[in-house]
Amino acid sequence: MLKYLLRKEFRQIKRNAFLPRLIFAFPLMVLLVFPWAASYEIKNLNISIVDNDQSSFSKALTQKIISSNYFRLTDYSVSYSAALKSIEAQKSDIILQIPANFEKNIINAQGAKVMLSANAVNGMKGGIAMTYLVSIINEFNASLIKDLMPLSKSTTNISTIQIDQQYRFNQNLNYRVFMVPALMVMILSLLCGFLPAVSIVFEKELGTIEQMNVSPVPKVLFILAKLIPFWVIGLIVINIGFVVAWAVYGLVPAGHFYTIYFFTIIYILTVSGLGLIISNFAQSLQQAMFIIFFFMLVFIMLSGLYTPIDSMPEWAKWVAAFNPLKYFMEVMRAVYLKGSDILQLWKQLLALIAFSIFFNIIAVISYRKSS
Amino acid sequence: MVKCIDLHKSYGQTIALQGVSFEVNAGEIFGIIGPDGAGKTTLFRILTTLILANQGSATVNGFDVVKDYREIRKCVGYMPGRFSLYQDLTVEENLEFFATVFNTTVEENYELIKDIYQQIEPFKKRRAGKLSGGMKQKLALSCALIHKPTVLFLDEPTTGVDPVSRKEFWGMLKKLKAQGITILVSTPYMDEASLCDRIALIQKGKFLSIDTPLNIVNQYKNQLWAVRSMNMSKLLNDLRSNKSFENCFAFGDSHHVSIENKKLEIKTLEEYLLKCGHTDIEITEIQPTIEDCFMEISKDTTL
Repeated sequence: MLKYLLRKEFRQIKRNAFLPRLIFAFPLMVLLVFPWAASYEIKNLNISIVDNDQSSFSKALTQKIISSNYFRLTDYSVSYSAALKSIEAQKSDIILQIPANFEKNIINAQGAKVMLSANAVNGMKGGIAMTYLVSIINEFNASLIKDLMPLSKSTTNISTIQIDQQYRFNQNLNYRVFMVPALMVMILSLLCGFLPAVSIVFEKELGTIEQMNVSPVPKVLFILAKLIPFWVIGLIVINIGFVVAWAVYGLVPAGHFYTIYFFTIIYILTVSGLGLIISNFAQSLQQAMFIIFFFMLVFIMLSGLYTPIDSMPEWAKWVAAFNPLKYFMEVMRAVYLKGSDILQLWKQLLALIAFSIFFNIIAVISYRKSS
Repeated sequence: MVKCIDLHKSYGQTIALQGVSFEVNAGEIFGIIGPDGAGKTTLFRILTTLILANQGSATVNGFDVVKDYREIRKCVGYMPGRFSLYQDLTVEENLEFFATVFNTTVEENYELIKDIYQQIEPFKKRRAGKLSGGMKQKLALSCALIHKPTVLFLDEPTTGVDPVSRKEFWGMLKKLKAQGITILVSTPYMDEASLCDRIALIQKGKFLSIDTPLNIVNQYKNQLWAVRSMNMSKLLNDLRSNKSFENCFAFGDSHHVSIENKKLEIKTLEEYLLKCGHTDIEITEIQPTIEDCFMEISKDTTL
């Protein structure tokens, strides 16, 4: 019986003009476009420099800033107010003002001052521009000290603490490495959680579900026949994800593939349970789509996909604790970047198992009630 | 074959069925006749185990609709009012699919549907959604019959179908009946009532009367006149304002007026209408139809 039901489902998916394309286009689109667009790495900041010194030091500093690749020199302004104009015109993001006698003061060991003003309308961007610029100036400062006072290092204690930075798991601080595994979770949630729900509600809307209900087909088989094709699709899609991550981003899981497969299967069960609950309550496609939209939005915003959950307010952390996406994203990132194994991810495993049991039980109960 | 005792069903505040009891004998065509919203579909959905009644009991083929719903699902065929086959599967695939769903094959029961299916066979590679209305209906009937049900439920099968196809469809039902299948059919068309073996008139969730079409017509106790004049809408108002008539309603191109037997002469009515200023008055005595009976009976219950 299940065989025939499955054959029907696959036939319908194949016949659907839109679905097969969506199944392949959606993950490709998400994995190829999103990691580039949704990135907090800020490059090409526009800088206005007001150089009142016009000395070799001020030139060297300017040169250093431009060659850092983070900044693009928009203009040399004659005065601070002129530079401010260019910020107002949104031509530049940050102003560096070098005072007169900059070089002279340094050589005389009196110490020199520069002023940085960043446009903080976009707080994130302003902050990052400031940080970058400060670190470049610090480097410049350090090299000056080294050049001008080669002996000072041994005689004075200018720099007792040497900072040696090391970024673990993602050495180049590549944002895409962080995004790609999590995006795979988002794709799986949509394909395995919500497409079967849409498919069931569609049968409701067409009335075909009644035809099935008056037949001897057990409800369980009918639902299984709805879920299995999407489970298969989910597993295909995760493999597409592996290939794209490797081919485009050079990303290979540090851990084992079987850890990911194992969690994927549990996760698919979880989200398809959630989808079934939605399909029990929605009477029309419109309703179903809207409920899905609502859940997806909340789940994605509170999943740690873009912004870390640790920096959210306490209540949001609580909401996120009930978000299955969050756990699977943690798993994907941990396996991809840190090479964690199943045992190390026991917390996430328990959470996902609990979710899948909970959602599926609710699905069964709500199905009984709605019939 | 089908037996209902005091069925009640309501959806929240809306009462769909209030105390329906009837019995359908094996091998008859039982018509449930009533206007939209009378409770026909609700009754069918209870009998086909899709929904539960609030009160009362029903059996189909001797199986209880609540306890033995699994058995019922094996032996009934249901054709809902709305076309509800898989539109993206072809004619052939739909038929095959429903055959396998009922654990049978198309070949096994082909004899039963042969007459109907042959008419749509030239289009068997066409997707069901692309069929014309009449063909959809034939396909739906074929699918409902493919597992050789003993009881067939047809919910408004002829609604939205052209008169020729309707006639054809009733011809098919007669043939199915000859094969021993019990058929319950609901329809809002009174003219189809006479094609049933027995009919039940239903209104507002209540059965008004259950009998053969002939008996129902014979029980009509009043005299019935068809009245026409130049101004039909004024005529209806004038007829209704005259209290000596039992009932009066528009019926096609004339108004039907029922009068308690021998109470009134045609001449008296004519005089009354002339006084009201009507011209070209035409009054003829006519034989009642099922619709007249329905109007008569439903008037009694609403008062």
